[in-house]
This record gives sequence, structure tokens and C-alpha cells, in this order.
Amino acid sequence: MALNRKIAYIDLSTGQIETKPIPVEMRKKFLGGRGLDMYLMYNHIKPGIDALSPDNVVFVSAGILGATLASASSRTHIGGKSTLTGFVGSANMGGFFAPELRWAGFDHLVLKGKAERPVYIWIHNGEVEIRDAGNIWGQTVHDTQQIIREELGDRDIKVLTIGPAGEKLVRFANVMTGLKDAGGRSGMGALLGSKNLKAIAVRGTMDIKIEHPAEALEYNKKIITQVTSAKVSQTQGKLGTPFIWGATNSQGLIRVRNFQLNQLENADEVEPEALEELAVGMAGCFGCQVHCRSKYIIPEGPYAGVYDEGPEYTSQGAFAGEPGCRNANTVLVGNHLVNIYGLDNLETGSMIAWAMELYEKGILTSKDTDGLDLRFGNDDALIEMVHRIAKRQGLGDILAEGPLRAADKIGKDSIKYLVHVKGMSNLHSDERATPALALGIATGSRGADHLRSRPAIDLYHLPESVLRSIYSQPVPYDGPLSSDYRDYEGKPWQVVWQEHTYEAVDCLGICKYHTIFLGATLPNYEEWSRLLYLNAGLEMTPLDIWTAAERAYNIERLFNIREGLTREHDWLVDRYFDEPTRLGIPGVRGRTIDREKFKKMVDEYYEHHGWDEQGVPRPETLQRLGIDNEPSHML
Amino acid sequence: MAKVLVIDYEKCTGCRLCELVCSVKHEGVSNPARSRIKIVKWEMEGRYVPMSCQQCESAPCQAVCPVKALSRDETLNRVIVDYDACIGCRMCVAVCPFGAVGFDVLGKRIIKCDLCDGVPLCADFCEVGAIQYVDASQQSTTKQVTAADKLSEIMQKVAQAISSV
Repeated sequence: MALNRKIAYIDLSTGQIETKPIPVEMRKKFLGGRGLDMYLMYNHIKPGIDALSPDNVVFVSAGILGATLASASSRTHIGGKSTLTGFVGSANMGGFFAPELRWAGFDHLVLKGKAERPVYIWIHNGEVEIRDAGNIWGQTVHDTQQIIREELGDRDIKVLTIGPAGEKLVRFANVMTGLKDAGGRSGMGALLGSKNLKAIAVRGTMDIKIEHPAEALEYNKKIITQVTSAKVSQTQGKLGTPFIWGATNSQGLIRVRNFQLNQLENADEVEPEALEELAVGMAGCFGCQVHCRSKYIIPEGPYAGVYDEGPEYTSQGAFAGEPGCRNANTVLVGNHLVNIYGLDNLETGSMIAWAMELYEKGILTSKDTDGLDLRFGNDDALIEMVHRIAKRQGLGDILAEGPLRAADKIGKDSIKYLVHVKGMSNLHSDERATPALALGIATGSRGADHLRSRPAIDLYHLPESVLRSIYSQPVPYDGPLSSDYRDYEGKPWQVVWQEHTYEAVDCLGICKYHTIFLGATLPNYEEWSRLLYLNAGLEMTPLDIWTAAERAYNIERLFNIREGLTREHDWLVDRYFDEPTRLGIPGVRGRTIDREKFKKMVDEYYEHHGWDEQGVPRPETLQRLGIDNEPSHML
Repeated sequence: MAKVLVIDYEKCTGCRLCELVCSVKHEGVSNPARSRIKIVKWEMEGRYVPMSCQQCESAPCQAVCPVKALSRDETLNRVIVDYDACIGCRMCVAVCPFGAVGFDVLGKRIIKCDLCDGVPLCADFCEVGAIQYVDASQQSTTKQVTAADKLSEIMQKVAQAISSV
């Protein structure tokens, strides 16, 4: 059955491997994927440890519906204490790794300790083996996967790996699979690197029983129609995620020149339609009919002729908007470099854009940059800095430490120009005109991030009645809701709702583009309840799923509080409150976030969660969720 | 006229949903190892080629079978397996030039595409149309039109080039 996949506990220091089944009651409480990882994390990571020490633990998982007919059941979750923020580390990626892990008999991997020398893990039909990685240490993300396939003699092996950036402990290094599937944010790549763990290779031919096959097939067809009939999915299937960058840039919701502007003007060459012309086709992750991944060949320069996938809208942000560049080739090359080095494109772009602003202000000089002319709009300097970060050379070595540590090293007024939450750089978007989105990044459990809680449909001016039909299920809500994305009222509930919803999605192991993220008509709790029953035989109501997600999100909160998180961490940098937006459509221009109103939003957000005014879950909240005795060490 | 599966690998996005629905339909499980169709990938080059039974008119599997377990079903234009007669010798697996007859290790029997008795799910679920189930006579017609379109484009360009000389 779909629920018989196991947990493997792998001690890299001793070589000991133990496997355990996952009791159904734990499934009902935390489902799988990110949710169960968070439970394991709270139970297995001791408080206050150094994130780069052998005491930290890596968690790798598939969702409870991974590899089933849940439509795009492809996602892999990677957890651990963040090497960047010291709070929750959590990364999620598409591709084909998680389904293969399930076919190989496992849902969760818990990797402890530190290997004496570089190793990789080989998992095959219930067997786990630790193998020497001497010959792949130092190899790129792409080459590592090919070398392992050749070494083990099976071209269908799926590999999760770090690139050179993870080995060099760049605090925003990714875990990667395939060409561009990126477990990004929070530096999980550095965590693997600190353990001398280069990669995990999986291959499986074990059955995952589908409980009600005929109905599951029929229902999958219905979901596919529901997803692919949405205009947003069709646009994404044609333009990839760059369409989001294009749509938001046209309004003035994009971070440009670090945080100086909110729109990239004269950006024709990096608009989604321009990038589409350079694409040679589209590809999909496992089981997905949206196929949002562009395939491309770099047209010019030293990398001309190289094949890669992407770029995502995050790469447009990193290699166009934030550094103020306007060259499609730069976006494609930058995207390729973060793919092969295994770097978080958002953090990389943000760090370089910040350094460019410091260079402009004279806080960094050409002496600091070893002669590199690090001004905004200098494509060559931008690309060169990517290499230097990945290799930790010169200024790159400082930037590789992430925002707060780098600001500490550079000193002067550098911190004033930093755009971060909880020590993680903000993504490429500008939220000064959108309080709901601003609250989402300020409170997200892993730092400034759009994939934890962003109520993206808030940008669509949906009628209040539509918003109400969405946001009052599966728990009732009769408070205010507003169709105007510039409003503050009612938005905290939307953020809480999306937080639980994305947590649920990450527990199920499906893609957010198949759920209520960018499209208001896409599947949510009702559909997931049906999918769980038909595929896994698990009977859970929409409310049960919501509660499991809420439980997991509260565990994340508990983890963060245990690591020293306070109310001050759920906040934005001063620039959001003090520097008005200068560009964009009339409704977006001249906007800042209002401090007092934002404070009230945070209060409301805590209240909806059942947390006190300091953001600590109230005892009755933990009791209601049955997590008042954590860590309970059930697994 | 019976229909055939037509595969256009240029349209394939490599998602492998066909493998999933095939194994669920035939075995009630998610397991590509038991699927009758397989996407062969050159992942690092972005090439994905769906491989399945061609339902050959003169089928090597049928010819090699020592117990006549494989036969032609003219109504659905397919080669079918009589599992009561099959002795599991895997000669058919050995001779198929496309690798389209597989041996299911778990089910301990050979497996091959049966066109889902006339509603092949791989085609049904493939939104991008990389796998289509069409009238046998249309297979070449569509290709003819595409090729002719390319040819006529070239001829127009040539004509323009000549007239501008």
C-alpha cells in the first residue's frame, strides 16, 4: 500500500543503518513530506547546535501521495536546521527523485553525524548503502548525476546532489536533482556538504499499491482537466514561471537595483515572451501536465551551445531585476551557473544586488572587489560574482556567508541596505504595495519567502464573494476580506490560510502549481481528501488535513522559538516602511508599508494562529493539536 | 479501420504520467517497472522518447513463440498474449526490436501493450499529444502534411530568392 514506505535512519559517523515503518497514527497527525520531516526535526535536532556541526541532521522525504495519481506528485522535501538563519531549514523540489525514493521503499531519510570522507548514499529496493564519493567530490550538479549513473550502471537512477557550492559550505547552497530542480532557500546544500555527503542515489521497482485504481484514474483525469483548463496553467505551460515576473513587473511589484526601484523599465529583452523565443521546448516534472520548465540552449558568449532548463522567474529576478541588468543571455547563463554550482538563485541575486548598492554608495570599493567594477547593470561583473561566491573567492567568500554574517564582516552602514527577514534575503519581488504579501514574507517560518504563505491570488482583484468561498473552507471565517491588494484588513487570515494550505501541499508531496496558489479554481482540501482516500486508502476530511497542516506549522514555530525566535523576527527591514515605491501603475506608485497597521496585522496573524502577542503558541493551541508534549520521540 | 498508437517524441515533456497510468490500469499499482510503455530519457540533453509496442503486422514475438501464445487480434489491430498458453520462456522479450515486450519480475510473466482494449490510457492522459491513438490511415497523412508544409516553405523561399536575383 501507499502507506508502507519506511524511514531509514543513517548514521554517517558510524555507518549504522536502521529502518522503521511509519505508524498510521503518525500519518494522520503529520501526513508525510514536510510535515513529518518537521516532527522528526523537532525530535532529533538538539536545541542550540551549530548548524554546520555533525549534530545537525538532514531529513529527506517524499510526500504521502508521492508517485501516486495525485497529479504532479513529484516533490521532494529536505529539512534540517538552516545553515543560513539558524531557524527552520526547509527546501522543496520537483523532478523525479521523490517518486523513485518511494519505488525504492522509503518515504523518509534521517541522516545524522558526519562521514570521515566524502560519501554518497545508494538506495535500491529496500537496501541502503554508503559509498565512497571521492571521484565525484568537486563535480558539478549535472556531472555528478551522470557519473553515478555510469558507476552503478543504470541510466534510470535518480540522484539528489550538492554542487561545488554545497561542498564549500556556501550558506545558501542548494540540494539539486535533474538539470534545474532546486531544493532552495535556507542552505540545505551546505548542510549536506558539512556532513561530507555529496549525493543520494535511488532506484526502485517496488509496487506502490493504489487503493482504488479505477476511481483514482478517473479522478486524476478530472484533476488534470481542472488544472489544465485554468488560463494560468496554460500560460505557464507556454512561458514557464517567467510569466509571473512579467505580470508583476508590469505593475511595479519587482525589486530592482537591490531595493531602489520597483520596476525594471525597458526590459523587453528579458520579458517572458522574449525568453520564450529562446526556448527549444517545455518539460514536465513527474506526472505533471502543466510542463512549466523551459528547455533552452545558451545562444551567446563563453557558454554558447550549453543545454539547460529554466530559467524560472526567480532567475529573472536574480539576473535581471535585482542587479538592474537587461540581457536575456545573462539570465540564461546565470541560471545555468546556479544550476551547476548548486546555488540558491534568489539568495545569490540578492547578495550581489546588495553588494552592488554598497559599491555604489562607496561602502565597498574596487579594492574590496579585487578590481571588479561591481556597478548596477554590469552583466559581466554579475556573472563573475556568481563564480566567486560558489568558489568562495575574495568578496564572494564574504557574500557566501549570507546577509547578516556578510553585513557583520563588511560593517559600516552596510546593514542599512540589506533586504532580508530572519537572516534570509527577500525574494525578487517588492511587497511595499501589497500588505498581504509583505506579511507573508515577514512571518514565513523559513524566512522571507513566497512559497510558505503567499496569497498570490490577492493580486487578482477577485470579488469578495469569491474570496469568501475560498477562505472560509475548511474552517469557517466571517471576518473582513478585501479585493484590493493594497488593503490591510482581512489579509492576516489569508496569510494564515495559505500557510496551512502550502504546508498541506508539501505534506502531500504535490506541486503548488496544481493547487490554489496562482489559480483560484485549482484543487484544494476537498480534492486532497478524495485523493488521499482513492490513492492511499486514508480517510481524512478536509478539516483533518487542515489540522494536520496546522499541527506541522506549529511544530515549525516551536522549533524556531526553541532556537531563539521572537516577535522581532516577524518583521520587515526599515526600507519597506521608509522608502516609497517610485515606479509602477498609479495604485502601486508612492507606496510604503504602514508600521502601525503592519504591527496590527502581525497581532491579528498571531491571534488567528492561537499564538500569544509574542508569537508563542498558547498552551491550549498545542493541546488542541495534540502537540503539547513534544518532543515525544515516537519516531 | 483499426487505430494505432502514434508517438511524436518531439512533443513529449518527459513527465512519465503514461508509465504511471499504465501500471495502475494493468496492475493496480504505481510502478514504472510494470508499465507497458517507457519514456527513454537523455535527461541532460532534454530528449525524451516514449517506447511502446508497435503491434507489428509481421511480429517477431509472435513468430518466435514456441507455444503460439502470441496472436494477432485484427479487430483492435494488436498482438495479444494468451497467458494460459504462455510458458514464460521470454523468447519474445529477446527478439522484440523495440524492447517493447517486458518481463514483469513481480508478476512473473511477460507484459506488453494491449492498447487497453481500445482506450489506451497513455494516449488518453497525454495532454500534449505526444502519444495519440488515431486511425491507422491517418498516421502517414499527418506526417505527409507536416513534411509537405516544410517543403512548400522552402520552395517559397527559393522562389523568392530567385525572383530577387
